[in-house]
Amino acid sequence: MKCKVCRGHAVVDIRRHNAAFCTDHFTEHIHNQVAKAIKEFHMFGPDARLLIAVSGGKDSLALWDILLQLGYDVTGFYLDLGIGSYSTRSKEATIAFAEERDAKLIVRSLAEEHGFTVPELASLTNRVPCSGCGLNKRYEFNRAALEEGFDILVTGHNLDDEVATLFGNVLHWNTDMLARQGPVLEERVLGEGDRRRMALVRKVKPLVRVAERETAAYAVVRGIDYIVEECPMVEGNVQHKYKEAIAMLEESSPGTKHQMYFGFLKKAASRFADETDAANLVGCANCGSPTIAPEAGSDRVCSFCRMQSLAQRRRDDGYRARPVRVRKRR
Amino acid sequence: MRLRNPDRIIEVSGPRTVPDLLRSLEIVPEAVLVIRDATLLTRDEELEEHDELEVRPVLSGGAGGPGS
Ligand code: SF4
Ligand SMILES: [Zn+2]
Ligand SMILES: [Zn+2]
Repeated sequence: MKCKVCRGHAVVDIRRHNAAFCTDHFTEHIHNQVAKAIKEFHMFGPDARLLIAVSGGKDSLALWDILLQLGYDVTGFYLDLGIGSYSTRSKEATIAFAEERDAKLIVRSLAEEHGFTVPELASLTNRVPCSGCGLNKRYEFNRAALEEGFDILVTGHNLDDEVATLFGNVLHWNTDMLARQGPVLEERVLGEGDRRRMALVRKVKPLVRVAERETAAYAVVRGIDYIVEECPMVEGNVQHKYKEAIAMLEESSPGTKHQMYFGFLKKAASRFADETDAANLVGCANCGSPTIAPEAGSDRVCSFCRMQSLAQRRRDDGYRARPVRVRKRR
Repeated sequence: MRLRNPDRIIEVSGPRTVPDLLRSLEIVPEAVLVIRDATLLTRDEELEEHDELEVRPVLSGGAGGPGS
């Protein structure tokens, strides 16, 4: 195949755009797609201070590279989840990436911040690792952004991530989740007058126009040494099954993913407008993070603090946790 | 031809294309990248018997999204 722009030898073909690109023009194409998403969804201006959550995987490292290339002031944030050698290797990949580019990076560890790794939390609370992990990541990313004074938290969710999440939310009609499915989640402020404070930082997903295969291809052509291996706790995660099913639909009908996600944003998202309006949010009695106002009589504690205190109680009681299986998916 | 990650050797008869190879492995092209000598291959590339290829999965699966 020939590059759509220069007719040189193509290395990547994108069927939904009916185009193939050489290395240079593919890089340019991806930069343009990200710049377009930032503009289209009014994500941030040229002077914003950005914090990007990075995992050492292809999406977040590719996006970090793209934002640096586009000239943004963007700092990496790596959270060590304590998932054995997977965490060690992904941390090394992230640090190496930052050093090569002289990029700013903040590293924190869940165990050091709160006392529990993801596998420990999962076995102490008897929940699947990904649910506790997701909760902890959201909490820690937001806390880091607020504490370190960033305007915006950037995440590497790509088109396939968003479509798979949308697909799952539609399968189960999670209407409250559908309300929060867009590429931008607005900030949340709590309190009045002097006590007014930022509680949730604005979150954006600049990769929504880029398919997962393209972020991987971008990482390869840019020589980004990302962690190819998957988190060992991912086994049984439905997100991956959705992605495989959607990839088959995309294969037989290129453009399906784009159509589903952007069609939703255009034609349906507003019908699920966020019902958890600011009036319903209160600060957690323990940590101050926003949480839905509880029924009269129950504690005003956020889900993160509830999970932490359950794990702490069980550890203190010598709870004999079932070990969490760590196995590769395939 | 030799495949990497996991490493294995598969028999092919004559030059074939990337889609032929993926079809015989029952892999959806949208879910992988095919890499030869550190270079990405488009769908129409012809393959040779002595080729060493990596078929790299690109779909990750964590509920927490990136960070996965
Ligand atoms: S796969 Fe699950 S446990 Fe592993 S990093 Fe992703 S969300 Fe966390
Ligand atoms: Zn070109
Ligand atoms: Zn709390």
